[in-house]
Amino acid sequence: MASRLESMAEALHARFEGVLHRRESSCGELNYDIEGSDLPATAAALRDEEEFSFATLIDVCGVDYLGYGQAQWRTEEATESGFSRAVEPGASTTSSASESERRAQEQPARFAAVYHLLSLRHNLRVRLRAFAVGENPPVLPSVTGVWQAADWFEREAFDLFGIVFEGHGDLRRILTDYGFIGHPFRKDFPLSGKVEVRYDEDKRRVVYEPVSIEPRTLVPRVIRDDNRYRPALRAEPGDGGGQVGDG
Amino acid sequence: MAEFQSYTMNFGPQHPAAHGVLRLVLEMDGEVVMRADPHIGLLHRATEKLAESKPYNQSIGYMDRLDYVSMMANEHGYVLAIEKLLGIEPPPRALYIRVMFDEITRILNHLLWLGCHGLDVGAMTIFLYCFRERENLMDCYEAVSGTRMHATYYRPGGVYRDLPERMPRHLAQPDANRVSGRDKAMDEGRDGSLLDFIEHFTRRFPGHVDEYETLLTENRIWKQRTVGISVVSPERALNLGFTGPMLRGSGVEWDLRKKQPYAAYADVDFDIPVGVNGDCYDRYLVRVEELRQSNRIIRQCVDWLRANPGPVMVDDYKLAPPKREEMKEKMESLIHHFKLFTEGYCVPEGEAYAAVEHPKGEFGVYLVSDGANKPFRVKIRAPGFAHMAAMDEMVRGHMLADVVATIGTMDVVFGEIDR
Repeated sequence: MASRLESMAEALHARFEGVLHRRESSCGELNYDIEGSDLPATAAALRDEEEFSFATLIDVCGVDYLGYGQAQWRTEEATESGFSRAVEPGASTTSSASESERRAQEQPARFAAVYHLLSLRHNLRVRLRAFAVGENPPVLPSVTGVWQAADWFEREAFDLFGIVFEGHGDLRRILTDYGFIGHPFRKDFPLSGKVEVRYDEDKRRVVYEPVSIEPRTLVPRVIRDDNRYRPALRAEPGDGGGQVGDG
Repeated sequence: MAEFQSYTMNFGPQHPAAHGVLRLVLEMDGEVVMRADPHIGLLHRATEKLAESKPYNQSIGYMDRLDYVSMMANEHGYVLAIEKLLGIEPPPRALYIRVMFDEITRILNHLLWLGCHGLDVGAMTIFLYCFRERENLMDCYEAVSGTRMHATYYRPGGVYRDLPERMPRHLAQPDANRVSGRDKAMDEGRDGSLLDFIEHFTRRFPGHVDEYETLLTENRIWKQRTVGISVVSPERALNLGFTGPMLRGSGVEWDLRKKQPYAAYADVDFDIPVGVNGDCYDRYLVRVEELRQSNRIIRQCVDWLRANPGPVMVDDYKLAPPKREEMKEKMESLIHHFKLFTEGYCVPEGEAYAAVEHPKGEFGVYLVSDGANKPFRVKIRAPGFAHMAAMDEMVRGHMLADVVATIGTMDVVFGEIDR
């Protein structure tokens, strides 16, 4: 398995050098970053060329990287100051500057679409991540021309994240209600939503009102570094900088 | 002769053949479908967003509610993704239990599909036959997890607990003089353990599949309604993102259980049925054969599980709760328990995609972790979503009645499509 994976990685490197940028994976997957503008041509090549033949697009997943790596609760000082369930917005456990810098480099933009491809011939999967250009709205080219399956997956990413796929023939909302406002899977969209509906006796119809419930956090988001589950590639000596001590 | 103009028709969301909440806007020319525009999302619950707001283990229950007729298969995809990121492997007994329950789930799913598809197309009896056997398998779910449907039985690192030694009975005290024959029949095969009951089931199930086949396989009406309907070529099936029986019905031999084995599938013996023509009838034949193959796998798992007792959960209190008795005596176990249930565990930064051969196709979970106790992003790849997207292509040029057969052959469940 590993050798097939590596020979595919070599073939991809030889054919798409400078287009596909490999990222490390802790669990033996082929992980690549790609510029949005290179996407349609690369996708067509990946589908049609014999040594790749990624005939199936398994999934397109929108990701909003807002607040990536930020915890809601500081864990280092917890033993000194006592425990509390209170949430500290934006409290980050990744205190060192190099760590946050590394993360900022990894995410050049807020929105990304992640494409999962499957090659039946080679029995291999490849993951491509493309960051969308701009924020209002974020834009990516569509791959519906390459894989018909992308049609609904792109509509879903548009509906939930507001990513606009240029060249998609029918970019409508798909999962949310008729007349819905906003993109609910964005990290700044509240979990409880913005409007609630009820039947109004006087008006004798269903009315929309702002939500009356206060958003609250039951379990704060904490980031602890547990050595035992740290991937082997990051446990190498000399790469310990920026890691927080054991919680 | 009167001239027909094309008109638009609403199919569902309140229609018995819409399998839940599908709203289909059909552009018709007489009785021929010119274009189909499925409107989905009426059951959207933002499962992925909810999962992002909770520690990892607390979302397992949401997975049951995705495809609510193949509950444990959904759980399997989710726990597999977490295990991949954590880099842990459950003990072998847990893997065999998972395989056994995955296949029980497959039978549960295919029986519901067979019954409902038959009912949609006009066969009443098959529905009642299928539900009779489903009931027995639901009892297996109940025996291991306490619930008939939403089990939450799979956990990262294994399964919740070992198989019970006694199979629950309908009658508390079997009294030969006072119970009727019907009551006794309900407790048939329940004298021993759960494994005895499952073995009893696997022995009679092939006979039941024969019964279903006598009702449908050579049935003239059934063939008229399904042969040559919604034909999908292998090339189109791949391009449309088909997986599972929908892909195999088109003649592509692809099954994750064989090609990318997970759990204990590499060690069990079974065959992959494939279709030839890619029509509704071939997909029916594929699924019926899968019933028989699943039965075969379950039988092998029963034998293995009988011979190999052992742990069913990893021995790591950061991931699995300690034993109840230990908690009463050991301080450390109490702390572990408290931390696990209040905060959960932190998964190392990274991303992983894990897929299982779900009864409907490839069910995948894509996890992005930033090192926190909650996932940063969970994406559920539901097989039915890609199949539903092909609705327009599959029904174009067919009659209105064939739309119902096409919805049936896709095996759609809106819990997973709308998420």
